[in-house]
Amino acid sequence: MPSVAPSSVTVRVLLFASYAESLGAEALDLTLSSPATVGGVLERLRSFPGGGLLPPKPLCARNLAHADVAEPVSEGDEIAILPPLAGG
Amino acid sequence: MTFLTSGPIDLAALHAAVQAPERGGVAAFVGLVRDHHQGRAVLRLDYSAYGPMAEAECARIVAEAEARWRVAVALRHRIGALAIGDAAVAVVVASAHREEAFAACRHVIEEVKRRVPVWKREYYADGTVAWVDPTAAMQHA
Repeated sequence: MPSVAPSSVTVRVLLFASYAESLGAEALDLTLSSPATVGGVLERLRSFPGGGLLPPKPLCARNLAHADVAEPVSEGDEIAILPPLAGG
Repeated sequence: MTFLTSGPIDLAALHAAVQAPERGGVAAFVGLVRDHHQGRAVLRLDYSAYGPMAEAECARIVAEAEARWRVAVALRHRIGALAIGDAAVAVVVASAHREEAFAACRHVIEEVKRRVPVWKREYYADGTVAWVDPTAAMQHA
């Protein structure tokens, strides 16, 4: 039987550049109470060591597209927290 | 299509990819690595990316431009270690006439800078290293 209750959702979280350095990880799995949002992922990250270094409103992505913090997340989603973009 | 490359950007190949007999104008923008940033001497830099999303976002930007204007767009962004003067990004746009080529080229480079998840780590002459934050630079300007 699945060990995860149906009222929870597990997502893959990716961190990059300065944010990966601040939190000491490039990828981690987070399980949140369902329903959950991108903002909920952010709030959980802020409770981690180094999470307080995240800015108030970082850029976020869900499944390879930019996402608002209010966007709901689903089981298995890939949520990325993006430092200020510096391409070009 | 692959928009990210770890090797030098081949401008001739991008030009060849968009040229056609009915397209009489080509506009290009090439972004090069500068030797300074906010008054500090830069020796070299590393570009890194969220690869799958960067590819997807570049594809969306190109598709949007090709839907909005009658143009063909070629786009490349280089990733990895770059030296001063290396081309970091190139946009080449072909159209029947220059107006659309210029407009689409300008639009694509601005959207790349705004939307594509790429980061730049600069190595300075004084031995320090920093992630570049263009939003901080704007606040300090």
